Amino acid sequence: MTEKLPNAPGKYVAGVKEYRETYWDPEYQPKDTDILACFKVTPQPGVLREEVAAAVAAESSTGTWTTVWTDLLTNLDHYKGRAYRIEDVPGDKESYYAFVAYPIDLFEEGSIVNVLTSLVGNVFGFKALRALRLEDIRFPLHYVMTCGGPPHGIQVERDKLNKYGRPLLGCTIKPKLGLSAKNYGRAVYECLRGGLDFTKDDENINSQPFMRWRQRFECVAEAVHQAEAETGERKGHYLNVTSPTVEEMYKRAEFAKSMDMRIIMHDFFTAGFTANTSLANWCRDNGMLLHIHRAMHAVVDRHPKHGIHFRVLTKCLRLSGGDHMHSGTVVGKLEGDREATLGWVDLMRESFIPENRARGIFFDQDFGTMPGMMPVASGGIHVWHMPALVAIFGDDACLQFGGGTLGHPWGNAAGAAANRVAVEACVQARNAGIEVEKHGREVLTKAAKSSPELAAAMETWKEIRFEFDTVDKLDVAS
Amino acid sequence: MDIQNYKSLLNDEASRKFETFSYLPEMGAKELRTQIQAMIDNGWSLAIEHVEPERANSTYWYMWKLPLFGEWDIDHVMKELNACRNANPGHVVKVIGYDAKRQTQGMAMVVTRPSGQAAN
Repeated sequence: MTEKLPNAPGKYVAGVKEYRETYWDPEYQPKDTDILACFKVTPQPGVLREEVAAAVAAESSTGTWTTVWTDLLTNLDHYKGRAYRIEDVPGDKESYYAFVAYPIDLFEEGSIVNVLTSLVGNVFGFKALRALRLEDIRFPLHYVMTCGGPPHGIQVERDKLNKYGRPLLGCTIKPKLGLSAKNYGRAVYECLRGGLDFTKDDENINSQPFMRWRQRFECVAEAVHQAEAETGERKGHYLNVTSPTVEEMYKRAEFAKSMDMRIIMHDFFTAGFTANTSLANWCRDNGMLLHIHRAMHAVVDRHPKHGIHFRVLTKCLRLSGGDHMHSGTVVGKLEGDREATLGWVDLMRESFIPENRARGIFFDQDFGTMPGMMPVASGGIHVWHMPALVAIFGDDACLQFGGGTLGHPWGNAAGAAANRVAVEACVQARNAGIEVEKHGREVLTKAAKSSPELAAAMETWKEIRFEFDTVDKLDVAS
Repeated sequence: MDIQNYKSLLNDEASRKFETFSYLPEMGAKELRTQIQAMIDNGWSLAIEHVEPERANSTYWYMWKLPLFGEWDIDHVMKELNACRNANPGHVVKVIGYDAKRQTQGMAMVVTRPSGQAAN
């Protein structure tokens, strides 16, 4: 018999094949179960678009640079990634979007680590590319269901804390390094008794010689309990359990639990997704809320042509697990375009997020009944930003004023009270049908009449602005 | 202005707070109606709860009758609220807006503080 059977592999031919012969498939209809990715590709000059798109699909899935005989021992058509679409980037002549579909069978269940190792692994160093950015991933619901997700989510957090109908308020304790545990606890106590819901360890506070974690946890626990007794409200401090080893991380988490603390925190990106997913599981099992910080994210997500977009990190973290996630403020000192921020805030909170290019969302994303995360707006914000923050974020967010609490001329308690009065005044006005972003000055001025703390805060920060343009803008034709 | 002291004391009832809106002055009847109307406009089911001040930090307060399902008449809501207040002098009273779609309370606000005067 000399004719090739339809399902049998052909002869083995060694050598280098063009990627596009195998991995470019414009006819392909993505399946509901596929993991889809959108890459922004900036090729070396003179390389064919389809060839580079196919190379990205190949190198991030089953391919290597040459044919190998063992290719013929499996059904590569079942396992290979496929570049199935190429689109122009609006307003950009050198780059384009390449859409790649990956069969779900390529990935271990519930492993963000495995997905990222494939999709943003070797391919990012590929020579035919000058730059490559992973703009978005569509996780099919089938894959979402294999992940643990947030330990509790927004609704459970509200029930645990008994706080409804308003954003939560927090404050990062400063100076970020150098305080002794007892002095640190003092700063926490003052903030909480003044009316904040949360205080927070700064991300680089772990367990340094000037303040070992155990003393910090003890002092903070006393401060939290005392402020709760005084105000009658439920409060928390994000105890940072980010550690050099996971064994140490668990030890610190267990100790926080033994002190009846409500919430701990973790730096998911420096610590890694493996540690984060394990900690999220521990939190779910132990009734502990989990605040997630994002140190190092800007290293990979800020450059418009290379790296991983923050919306991808957001989706990955929601699947890995966290109850709070830093989102940027739009109005403060850190990078963040408004529409793009609203896009990833939806990815944190909503169940179904439709494709919306105006917000940088490339795919429909269905999280099913996976709980949402509370976006955390933190960095260079103060009472004058409150109307805009309430308008942008709505109720389901945590607004964190570090300098904007501790820098109050009368101290932390007064600074906390000023922020609490401001947020409640903005919510009250919004519920009464007032456009708070437009009428912020009147709303705050009225509230300050019965709050000298707010009046003093408004006086202190009246001139501060952060009006630099964002570096990473959404791709729109100009 | 000179530095001011921020007062909060364990044995001072005025230091006790009750979550949303408790850092603002107590609302008058008109402002209260506006806030409750906003809950109705959101499509939430209203409920009234009350409790002794010393048990105010507990999760389950006394429920006044049943949540006011399908009640969109603000005058009737205010009537029920005042009935609850009159039947429970000295209690803290709150109004809740149940958001059944999101399975949470969209709003919970204390409308009678133990030290304060009830707005009618």
